[in-house]
Amino acid sequence: MVMSYREALNQAMREEMRRDSRIFLIGEEVGYYQGAFKISKGFLEEFGPQRVVDTPITEAGFTGLAIGAAMAGLHPIVELMTMNFGIVALDQIVNNAAKMRYMSGGQLSVPLVIRGPGSAAHQLGAQHSQSLEAWFCHVPGLKVIAPATPHDAKGLLKSAIRDHNPAIFIEAQLLYGTKGEVADGEYTIPIGVGEIKRAGHDATIVAYSKMLLLALEAADHLSREGIEVEVIDPRTLKPLDLPMIVGSVKKTGRLVIVEEGWRFCGLGAQIAESVYAAAFDHLDAPIQRVTGEDVPMPYSRPLEDAAVPDKARIIEAVKTLCGAQ
Amino acid sequence: MMPRMDRNDVLFLYRQMLLIRRFEEKSAEMYALAKIAGFLHLYIGEEAIAVGAIAALRPDDYAISAYRDHGHCLARGSNPSQVMAELFGKATGLCQGKGGSMHLVDVSRRFMGGYAIVGGHIPLATGLAFATKYQQLDLVTVCFFGEGALPSGQAHEALNLAALWKLPVIFVCENNRYGMGTPSERAIALYADVAGTARSYGIMAERVDGMDVLAVRDAMRRVVEQARAGQGPFFIEAMTYRFMGHSMSDPAHGHYRTKEEVDEHRKRDPLVLLKQTILGNNLGTEADFIQLEREVEEVVTAAVTFADASPFPTPSALHTDVMREV
Repeated sequence: MVMSYREALNQAMREEMRRDSRIFLIGEEVGYYQGAFKISKGFLEEFGPQRVVDTPITEAGFTGLAIGAAMAGLHPIVELMTMNFGIVALDQIVNNAAKMRYMSGGQLSVPLVIRGPGSAAHQLGAQHSQSLEAWFCHVPGLKVIAPATPHDAKGLLKSAIRDHNPAIFIEAQLLYGTKGEVADGEYTIPIGVGEIKRAGHDATIVAYSKMLLLALEAADHLSREGIEVEVIDPRTLKPLDLPMIVGSVKKTGRLVIVEEGWRFCGLGAQIAESVYAAAFDHLDAPIQRVTGEDVPMPYSRPLEDAAVPDKARIIEAVKTLCGAQ
Repeated sequence: MMPRMDRNDVLFLYRQMLLIRRFEEKSAEMYALAKIAGFLHLYIGEEAIAVGAIAALRPDDYAISAYRDHGHCLARGSNPSQVMAELFGKATGLCQGKGGSMHLVDVSRRFMGGYAIVGGHIPLATGLAFATKYQQLDLVTVCFFGEGALPSGQAHEALNLAALWKLPVIFVCENNRYGMGTPSERAIALYADVAGTARSYGIMAERVDGMDVLAVRDAMRRVVEQARAGQGPFFIEAMTYRFMGHSMSDPAHGHYRTKEEVDEHRKRDPLVLLKQTILGNNLGTEADFIQLEREVEEVVTAAVTFADASPFPTPSALHTDVMREV
């Protein structure tokens, strides 16, 4: 059935919480307020305050608490009001959640999902508009997931909740209201498996989260001009479905990587390196990256628009690769 | 008022403290021989806190500590040979050589780890306590940390959450008066009453003589019982002193502490104090102490022999346990 990204997340958590009493939701405004973005609408009523836990505005404290609870056998879902606040909890995420299993020689595990919206919405300013996925991907011990569609969001969130490892699940404020077909009934989508969202043979675009929607729009436009682009959504950023990307590049010979995050040391740099190592001889041209600009996000709308990728820049990158103007 | 004492009980406490003391002395020796590397923070002088506090727990209660963690791990009953092997970085160590001195973990003893970001493990302790309450288990969590961790933001966030949700956690602040080389009066606004930090969150707090193992245990027994009954959290400030430097790279005195100051505190060595109590109450004889020394010496020697003979991890171990696969 057709539903919004928001409803898909709500369903995923609701189904999992009904299935397993070890799962609880914790974060700012998740209970009485029903979620800052209404993802947990109806949860307090159904699951009660013991399992839908409103917190003070102390991300380090409650993220650390959730990690401790996971060490003792619970399966917490931490909602960060936005991923930006993950920076406040970064010590807990990097030094405790990610390292616990390794440091303990396999004695402990941290089955934990930390989820919330990343990337820019509109004019939220420099501190609330960041795409931090590259930071999380850099840390051994974390899984990083960034679905673009309601169907993927539901299936991957359920998988993340069932996983035994800490997962960073990155949503987007501008995706919450988007709608799409979601499979009926029980399903999960495996972590680490991408999807070809549109088949093509002239060039490959890799894009995730809300950049996927831009990439698909660009592909539509290019198709009308006779350029058929293959669009791949890795869906999971770590572990990355490199074989799918490499397979596509071997077919098309051209790759554009789109990400909203900052260019320098961005995720696209890593993907490009991996593709160069695996498929250098198959590339007909250097890999193109379309990224956010290396600036703190400005407030002013024209400046903000200039700081993030748009359809025109993706189209331009593909045309540059294909030698078309 | 001194409660009635039992010979076996007090000798057991003495033996636990002696084990830590001799283990730590041996660790220092092994460090000098380069068998142990990296950071090594010794617990010498502070043994009464770990031993007294942990003696008040049930085996299934949780304990968690910071980076000066050998004492808590040993007091919890971990195998000294596996602890020493971990310090040596050997495959037979508690954490297969991947943790090291500051990150001992022994889940079988409910010792949930040593953590080396100051203040960073205190929220974890509230999480363990949150879980036991959620699971409706009558377990408590004891969280050890130095007074140097108390001004950290994470400590405050954890104290607030613990008090807000009435979690069964006991915060044991080991006040050894120095955060590395900085005395607490230059680091903590409430240095004269650090327990006041906890009281400001509505947490019942008391100060105990951290050199007196019986006093520590008595205080802990009172609060553990109450925490188990759902009246937590609690905060105990145990006044202590580390006889050695902050770590092996820090001299015991001469830099920021005078020899006279260290000597003064050594007069209240927790082992000496308990020994005097035992002898003064006719609960043991010199022969008992000689016997305990012999037993502990054997254990520590065996630990070194085991650690020395153990293999290093194979290269294939490098990539295992980054993730849990199944």
